[in-house]
Amino acid sequence: MIQVPRTVKYEAERVKGFGREIMSTPGCEQLVRCIQCGTCSGTCPLSVYMEHSPRQIMALVRADFKDEVLRSRSIWLCASCYACTVECPREIRITDIMYALKQRAILEEIYPKRFPIPILAKEFFKMVHSKGRITETLLVMRLFLKANWRAVLSSWRQGIGLIRTGRFVLRHERIEHREQLARMLDSDLHDAPPTTRKEAA
Amino acid sequence: MKTNIVNGDIRIGFYICHCGHNIAGVVDCVAVARDIERMPGVVVSRDYKYMCSDPGQELIREDIRELGLNRVVVASCSPLLHEQTFRNAVESGGLNRYFFQMVNIREHDSWVHTDRAEATKKAIELARAAVKRVRFHSALETVRVPIHPDVLVVGGGIAGIHAALTLANAGKKVFLVERDPSIGGHMAKFDKTFPTLDCAACILTPKMSAVRANKNIKLWTYSEVAKVEGYVGNYTVTVRRKPRYVNEDLCVGCQECIEACVFKEGKYPDEFNVGLSKRKPIYIPFPQAVPQVVVIDPERCLQLKSGRCKKTCIEACADRHAIDFTQKEELVEIKVGNIIVATGFKLFDAKRIPQYGYGLYPNVVTSIELERLVTSSGPTGGEVVMRDGRTPQSVAFILCVGSRDFRTNRWCSRTCCMHSMKLAQLVREHTGADVTAFYLDIRAPGKGCEEFYDKSLKDGIQFVRGRVAEVTDWALTPEEEGKLVIRAEDTLAGVVRRIPVDMIVLAVGMEPQADAQAVRRLFNMSCGTEGWFLEKHPKLAPVSTFTDGVFIAGCCQGPKDIPDSIAQAGAAAAEAMALIDRGYIEQEPNTAYVAEEDCSGCKSCLPLCPYTAISLDGATQKARINATLCKGCGTCVAACPSGSIHQHLFEDDEIFSEIEGVLTHA
Amino acid sequence: MKYAYFPGCSLKGLGRAYEESLLPVMERLGVELVELDDWNCCGATAYMSVDERKACILAARNLAIAEKTGTYDLVTPCSACYLVLNKTKHYLADSPEINASVQRALGAAGLRYGGNTLVRHPLDILVNDVGLDVIREKVVRPLKGLKVAPYYGCQVVRPYATFDDAWNPTTMDRLLTTLGAEVVPYPLKTKCCGGSLTGTLPETGLRLTYILLKEAVRRGADVIATICPLCQFNLDAYHDQLTRQWGPVPIPTVYFTQLMGLAFGLPESQLGLNRNFVRMKPLPALPAKA
Repeated sequence: MIQVPRTVKYEAERVKGFGREIMSTPGCEQLVRCIQCGTCSGTCPLSVYMEHSPRQIMALVRADFKDEVLRSRSIWLCASCYACTVECPREIRITDIMYALKQRAILEEIYPKRFPIPILAKEFFKMVHSKGRITETLLVMRLFLKANWRAVLSSWRQGIGLIRTGRFVLRHERIEHREQLARMLDSDLHDAPPTTRKEAA
Repeated sequence: MKTNIVNGDIRIGFYICHCGHNIAGVVDCVAVARDIERMPGVVVSRDYKYMCSDPGQELIREDIRELGLNRVVVASCSPLLHEQTFRNAVESGGLNRYFFQMVNIREHDSWVHTDRAEATKKAIELARAAVKRVRFHSALETVRVPIHPDVLVVGGGIAGIHAALTLANAGKKVFLVERDPSIGGHMAKFDKTFPTLDCAACILTPKMSAVRANKNIKLWTYSEVAKVEGYVGNYTVTVRRKPRYVNEDLCVGCQECIEACVFKEGKYPDEFNVGLSKRKPIYIPFPQAVPQVVVIDPERCLQLKSGRCKKTCIEACADRHAIDFTQKEELVEIKVGNIIVATGFKLFDAKRIPQYGYGLYPNVVTSIELERLVTSSGPTGGEVVMRDGRTPQSVAFILCVGSRDFRTNRWCSRTCCMHSMKLAQLVREHTGADVTAFYLDIRAPGKGCEEFYDKSLKDGIQFVRGRVAEVTDWALTPEEEGKLVIRAEDTLAGVVRRIPVDMIVLAVGMEPQADAQAVRRLFNMSCGTEGWFLEKHPKLAPVSTFTDGVFIAGCCQGPKDIPDSIAQAGAAAAEAMALIDRGYIEQEPNTAYVAEEDCSGCKSCLPLCPYTAISLDGATQKARINATLCKGCGTCVAACPSGSIHQHLFEDDEIFSEIEGVLTHA
Repeated sequence: MKYAYFPGCSLKGLGRAYEESLLPVMERLGVELVELDDWNCCGATAYMSVDERKACILAARNLAIAEKTGTYDLVTPCSACYLVLNKTKHYLADSPEINASVQRALGAAGLRYGGNTLVRHPLDILVNDVGLDVIREKVVRPLKGLKVAPYYGCQVVRPYATFDDAWNPTTMDRLLTTLGAEVVPYPLKTKCCGGSLTGTLPETGLRLTYILLKEAVRRGADVIATICPLCQFNLDAYHDQLTRQWGPVPIPTVYFTQLMGLAFGLPESQLGLNRNFVRMKPLPALPAKA
């Protein structure tokens, strides 16, 4: 039997209010005036690797297709180079919307398993929380272990290069007032999420 | 205008309008009517659904006849809308129209408040004020102000030309003032016009010649309006005529002087060919220029700049002596009754979007530059070539350059989709090149325009829906070497594409002229937030302005194509003609007057009047106000130290009684 | 001239050559950089992906510490730090809720931030504060004959183009010309290098890096000058993989401060040039004086 896939999007798939929620994040209100011109995708250097172009992500967000957006790898491929934000004729801050989507995906734990980018973000987060600074080499090693340990094998030559040039620093970078920082970072646990923001200049 | 006073009593009729739900939805109209009924002097107090309708007006007329009313008050919408309507009704009922007072309980009350009790109380207070005031109204006559029959048309583009011809053919005398050395405007630069693809010059030049030939049109090119004084029907305009250094009456346009100029070749960017060719300091703007008169550029002419030149031009014009280096700027004063402003637009400067590479990459051109390339009388004789002389094999059009963009201009320039498709078809025709148009939307309203879009598709033009972010010159594949690369998302096909082309055409948008702000102040006009001159009403009065007697037409009011510009020009001419043929306008009698017995002749009021309407009577040594010049601003009334100046419709007892009505209860 | 100095985690690790060349160059120009006491990581792009408010708190701690020193200009060489600290300033100004959370968090640590810190890039300091004339005077060994492709990357010019044009910045171009070098027209000067994607999803990030190197070679540049530690790492440390996958791109990438150091006559060893994977060729010989 030949399998013929059927693609139609029913209203039941929409998570009503998702678009409005994302747009209520500071800096993201302008999405409401997107005219789908495609400038963002045209200028985005990573758009050729995304399963949904930035423009399509914006359309899906506005249409409340939460699952499709958060499960998409596209949002993780954003390198936050801000080219789209600067070129958008409607002055929509697309990069900031991508950040909001990333935050949402991590919060709800919806992201592809063993996908390196969210894993890197979480490891970064943990290291900063505990040490206050990042030791790059250690971070990368943790990333490889958790996401793709085979990558360690393929980058051994680079590792040797780093040692040779003295850039392979293993000393833990840490700040003195670590508990102070932890206290600061945990102080907002009872705050409601921000809902309004003046139009960004 | 009969008055109707029975036994010397004041007999007031009060009418409150429901205005459907607009007023009655918030204000308790019946309660207001009942309250006013109890006021002294009020003979009848009615509420009705639509006072401005025929039956509503008939109510007023009937009551004047049957009940002997001699004062009428209507509480309804804004006087701007219906004061004239009700005054007419009162007059047709047999009463002087100024025995009427209107109260605005819609824009000032029901439309801006929601609390029913408070809104009703406010309506009662406003109505009481009007009823108290109207007692003191007197019978007044309107003043007729004659309209000068001549018209000034500013701007010699297609709109200005059409307006001038329409008026001139109706027998009116027209002054057509144009800043450039020739009329024709932007249209003179076009090759073919959409959607019919008829030749722009072929349809424009007959009109330009007609302007020249028409005895009723005084054509002043290379001239600008310097000052405007006066008011509707009576404008005094000062026109600055710039020196061409060529006598317009003597020059026949043979152009031998240009041939003979010491500059052997053109050296300066030719404005008509938008910089694609060069001209000499002495030149004629284009072969079909009207007037066919040569002009000398004072910034570039050797003689005018340094005084040292062989003046071969004068030699060449030995038999006619048309060249005159002693010419000076001239200020000429004219009197007109109406003014039509048709000053057009300017194109967006593509350098403001560096991402598109205009000015950086030689083969990126603007739509107007391509227009000159494609024209057979243009700098390349109709050959579409790039700056290095090669014929392009692939051309891309980028639409919405400087339009629909929050960072430059937010509006849609309305004509560029059609304009670009036209150029695309012409490029295909001339070169057979691959043509791709990158667009956001294809806007093709208007007769024949959808068909034009269809023809574009049939001609094999590729349309890619995706706004172009940038134009680059670095290659990723061999086919891109040496070409300009456009990277855009083909949003309809859902994929990012890289398309290498030889030549790129930017469809630049329309903008208000660079000096639009200065010009509008000259004519006392407003402009919108985008800078276009403001029409009196976007739907009902698109060619009138808030200044009576000043009209606008064409692109200075907003981006539009040739058919719409001509339609507006005809409309503006008709509005002006309506005023001229009537011969007069009736001026509101809210003018100031001097009670001579109280005037001490101190002359404080004379310099205060912005309309110079006050003078000192030589015989009586008292102030005298010219009612036709007075505009009723009230400055002299307020300033007079002895209180001897009064104003009709704003007498002291009228105003004080209004205040009393608002503040006191019952 | 005294400035507060925020190195960022990278300048102590993979990007240490940047700090190693920045400090002596600044010293030669009489500019004092005082490293911020107990500064913490700015959060870069990764932290913002997890929690926006915490990211602002993290960055604001540095802003508060800087403000406390009384020196309000905070020199931030790393592009990501520059962007994040500026972005946090904007968020604090535009969102009352975020501002309230951050002030509360700072208060929990006995700190406060009044909005006075100015986050500035060394390029801005060098060209606009110190001035090209002063720099020209200090040049003892002009970089004549050296063709440099100026590469700015994205995060310094976008989205807050505070000291230069977002589309065509020229601050570094002018600086390099002052040093005597020949600046090669480089249209990709603000294109993304791939950022952290070169490590997480190499086939995407590395391709962007490759395009930058390829075009620099094609334009005839001898070296690429960069201002961001991650850009330098990407353009420098992956040549093996790039050559295998797409082809050779033999061009070194150095920090602009390293070129400044060379022009000032500072010894190579002091400038961290030995930390490059792809070594820079010796400078072209100066034309013999007549």
